[in-house]
Amino acid sequence: MPVEPPVETPRDLPEAFRLLALAPRTPIAGGTDLMVRITGEIGSPPDQVLDLSRLDELRGIALAGGQLTVGALTTYAEIRRSGLVARSLPVLAEAAATVGAVQIQNRGTLGGNIANASPAGDTLPLLLALEAVIEVGGPRGERSIPADQFWIAYRTTALAPDELVLRVRIPLVEARQVRFRKVGTRRAQAISKVVLALAWEQADRKDRWGHVRLALGSVADRPIRARSTELYLEGSRATLETADGAAETVAAEIRPIDDVRSTADYRRQVTARILHRIIRDAGGW
Amino acid sequence: MTSRTPDRPGALSTVATPPRPAVRPAEAVIIAPGIAVRGHLITRGPIRREGPAKLTGDAQYADDLVFPGAWYGATIRSNLARARFLALELDPGFDWSNVVVITAADIPGEPLMGAVKGLTPDQPVLVPLGGEIQHHSEPLALIAAPDRRTLRAARRGVTVRTEPLPPVFDPLDSDKVFVSHDVVAGDLAAGFAAADMVLEGEYRMGHQEQLYIENQAMIAVPTEDGGVTVHGSLQCPYYVHPALMRALAIDARQARVVQAETGGGFGGKEEYPSLLAVHASLLALKCRKPVRMIYERHEDIAATTKRHPAVVRHRTGVLRDGTLVAQEIEVILDGGAYCTLSPVVLGRSTTHAGGPYRCPNVRITSRAVRTNTPPNGAFRGFGAPQVIFPVETHLNRIAEALGISPLEIRRRNVYRLGDVTPTGQVLSSSVAGLEVLERAAEAVDFDAARAVTQQARLTGQGWDSVATSPLRSPDRPSASGIGIALAWHGCGFTGSGELRYNSIVTIELDATGQVRVLAANTEMGQGTRTILPMIAAQALGIPSDEVEYAPQDTALVPNSGPTVASRTATIVGGLLVNAARQLRAEVEARSGGRSFAKAYREDAARHGPSRASAQYQPFPGQPFDERAFTGDPYPAWGWAACVARVDVDLDTGEVAVRDVVAVDDAGVVVHPILAEGQVEGGTLQAIGYATIEEMKVQDGRYLNDRLATYLIPTAVDAPRITAIMVESPFDGVPHGAKGLGEMPMDVGAPAVIAAIHDATGIWIDRLPATPERVLAGLTASAGANESGRPGSGGHDRPGGRP
Ligand SMILES: Cc1cc2nc3c(=O)[nH]c(=O)nc-3n(C[C@H](O)[C@H](O)[C@H](O)COP(=O)(O)OP(=O)(O)OC[C@H]3O[C@@H](n4cnc5c(N)ncnc54)[C@H](O)[C@@H]3O)c2cc1C
Repeated sequence: MPVEPPVETPRDLPEAFRLLALAPRTPIAGGTDLMVRITGEIGSPPDQVLDLSRLDELRGIALAGGQLTVGALTTYAEIRRSGLVARSLPVLAEAAATVGAVQIQNRGTLGGNIANASPAGDTLPLLLALEAVIEVGGPRGERSIPADQFWIAYRTTALAPDELVLRVRIPLVEARQVRFRKVGTRRAQAISKVVLALAWEQADRKDRWGHVRLALGSVADRPIRARSTELYLEGSRATLETADGAAETVAAEIRPIDDVRSTADYRRQVTARILHRIIRDAGGW
Repeated sequence: MTSRTPDRPGALSTVATPPRPAVRPAEAVIIAPGIAVRGHLITRGPIRREGPAKLTGDAQYADDLVFPGAWYGATIRSNLARARFLALELDPGFDWSNVVVITAADIPGEPLMGAVKGLTPDQPVLVPLGGEIQHHSEPLALIAAPDRRTLRAARRGVTVRTEPLPPVFDPLDSDKVFVSHDVVAGDLAAGFAAADMVLEGEYRMGHQEQLYIENQAMIAVPTEDGGVTVHGSLQCPYYVHPALMRALAIDARQARVVQAETGGGFGGKEEYPSLLAVHASLLALKCRKPVRMIYERHEDIAATTKRHPAVVRHRTGVLRDGTLVAQEIEVILDGGAYCTLSPVVLGRSTTHAGGPYRCPNVRITSRAVRTNTPPNGAFRGFGAPQVIFPVETHLNRIAEALGISPLEIRRRNVYRLGDVTPTGQVLSSSVAGLEVLERAAEAVDFDAARAVTQQARLTGQGWDSVATSPLRSPDRPSASGIGIALAWHGCGFTGSGELRYNSIVTIELDATGQVRVLAANTEMGQGTRTILPMIAAQALGIPSDEVEYAPQDTALVPNSGPTVASRTATIVGGLLVNAARQLRAEVEARSGGRSFAKAYREDAARHGPSRASAQYQPFPGQPFDERAFTGDPYPAWGWAACVARVDVDLDTGEVAVRDVVAVDDAGVVVHPILAEGQVEGGTLQAIGYATIEEMKVQDGRYLNDRLATYLIPTAVDAPRITAIMVESPFDGVPHGAKGLGEMPMDVGAPAVIAAIHDATGIWIDRLPATPERVLAGLTASAGANESGRPGSGGHDRPGGRP
């Protein structure tokens, strides 16, 4: 039995910040997470809702200063359709295409995925691997939070109660390779069992890997960086020995759990196997 | 594609009536009747009667019906799997003046319900105080309030006190047997003694949720005469009707059941609506207002019936050439907390357990037992999928052990005309097992396709090389496989079920000249409302759009039996042809040689209304002995084959079903497009059963009782499905039709599992073949490979002579 909390719709950011300064309000963007809570069956429904739909300054994708900036209200459908994304960071469109299905992609936003802070949020490992910076703002002004300091505990972010996610800045790096892989139960409308994003820098195929970033979803209480495995891969070449070692390292590094979607064993093995596969493909053997 | 078995007399031609003039959505793509275009049958069948209303949103489902002043009802349930119900406490701080509360003490009639006539009534309408709770979602009390807010608050004011009792969850541990059978044919010991090889295996399947798109829904409206009218989402008005009479102690006229537009059933709305209708009615009679009980998805999945989990064991003796000589089969169905339909489901499991294969020496023992989960019930296939997957997978293992192809071993053993089944039925007509098998094999060039996957094995690209250590990606990212399965499905009820119902169908020509079919058979998406008028129209010689289908309202239509067991087209359709022929003869006799088509309107004007009815008569053949389980359990059998192609992701164990060819013998196809729809839908449900649909149960509670967690295949998971119809008419009914709706559900899973084996070498002996199970099989077979043995995820125990 859904509740019907009061809704306010600010016309611009200053008005939104004024409202947030008065009392805590739960933002609603696409509503694809929030409307699930509205039934009151899963978690507590919101008391007061702040509708972000008129905050046009939070929409859109821009490229400037070697960075791709994506507004918090940008939908997955917009990301998938964006020529800028296709040219400068196609892996972001690839990840957006795996979220839900068409209906969810039409409404769901990147900012919503970030603020919702699900351990299974599909874009979050990618943002971690790309070293994105999340720009947030509220009555006290704006600040920038690196992705790896944003999801600080189970479903908890570094946002203050009166702050909004405004946009995400993703540095574009020459010679960076990025791979994304989601494993769900079915080919659409599936919450991930494992989601993996790997980025590294490499001048040519023979070159050693540098600046390796490996991030994972659905294997911990929040999206995580697999730092031991990153260290292991740093400076190595994509050989069978590297792949075997990285797979073993990541399997030892993560502590996934059994839940209604999968088992700890499966998550650990599949994380290792898809990482192994990515290194195998990169090495071309 | 449609083919007809040659030399079978008595076949009526497929009814093909021009489309109704108003809406012709398919016009642009019509090529010619019965032409397949990219696997899709294009034909000039009439459009579905309720189709436009469903597409435009005009269709009135239960939750769309408005009853001014209606209250909202809710169910207070247990939260333990087994317990004693000690007390129901109402918060004294809450204002209860505007809320009604019902407990078992308020039930005017019988406190226990049975699913249908003749089955033990053992399920309490509500558990009485001091009584035993048998499952986690068991109803203990009912409440209703004038609005949702009050109802929500009232619900919070109810506390249930219980004392836990030890539950039983494993059907193998249960000592409460609802029903059991022991079928013996030939001499089992002699059969095994003659065998060149004996193979044993155990197969398991879990719950499957019907997941109809519309949740259970019922609205009860009290009537002036102290009775009640219910409007709901349901399959069987005449199951609900006696249930209301029994529980409420009202007479046949005081109880009235009206089917609202129904968004899918799949068996899930066969028996459960009776309980929900009684609940809504108890509340409505107490508050003297209409009461709406519309389940939300979570409650629907948590509380309503599922497909029975099963454990099936096979011990089979074969000759070197693959001929079956002995089959010893044990079937255990998990019935859940109450008897409900388990005896009927078990009956079908028992008759189908040996598969469509001739075997002279057979013993089938079967039982359905109690466990402390919500009762399991009807679901498309009704006990057959649980035995077809085991027998088909077991046969594939035998074929592999003997080095025979899965196609060839089926050819050698499939029933031919004149063969005798384990219950002693002589298959004397409409035996199309070999034909559906050959049509399926030929459609995909099975031997050649399988040679390709075998070649991949030999050259080291197949499953011999897929095995890897758990943390390493194998050389190839994926492997492809092809699998075939064959099944039979008995038409109509098992045994003497039809006799119990004595179904009646009526056709009327009213005074205004309108022809109308009166039957209780419901439309729930499968096409009843379209095909029954087609069948009547053909018998009358008029276009089908001149025949109306009366609403499924017990005040208007006779009891033509439930809409279950693939019986509507065959049994009800047959009665309808007989009734229509009577009406036609009557009108033509009065009309001086003019045809019914020319004469009927004038006849109505001149003579007033006419009616004709037909009632079920037993089919010729041996009567079925319910105790000994011998005789003819069904008047006819349908036959189905399926070929599936899969890709298995060797990194993750995910199975993608790419392509399915389904060949089904439905006797005579009434409406090709609707028939194809049945095949596509049933196939996709079978693929879900085979690959991802898994109810996770912990302490008797379903953990994934939501749409977000109980996952079924989506449109993008669906393979290309080619439906091929074979017509081997059933001569026991005038129009030749057999059932269709359940067969695709029987054959899909074993075909997919066979294809997974073909791709990877692992045997899946437990449904579904989740990525977790497939990956465990792949990595286990790695160890086996290292020791030089082909991998196996199952328990291969091919042995010699015993
Ligand atoms: C059927 C279905 C399928 C789904 N599939 C996937 C999937 O495959 N992968 C996946 O990752 N997710 C999936 N989701 C979850 C959801 O769609 C995503 O997380 C989506 O990105 C949420 O965005 P939204 O705009 O709809 O968020 P909303 O529901 O509007 O908000 C989500 C949360 O974030 C807060 N919030 C939103 N915007 C802001 C902001 N700018 N600043 C501060 N707080 C904010 C809200 O208060 C709320 O707590 C699915 C959901 C559904 C219903």
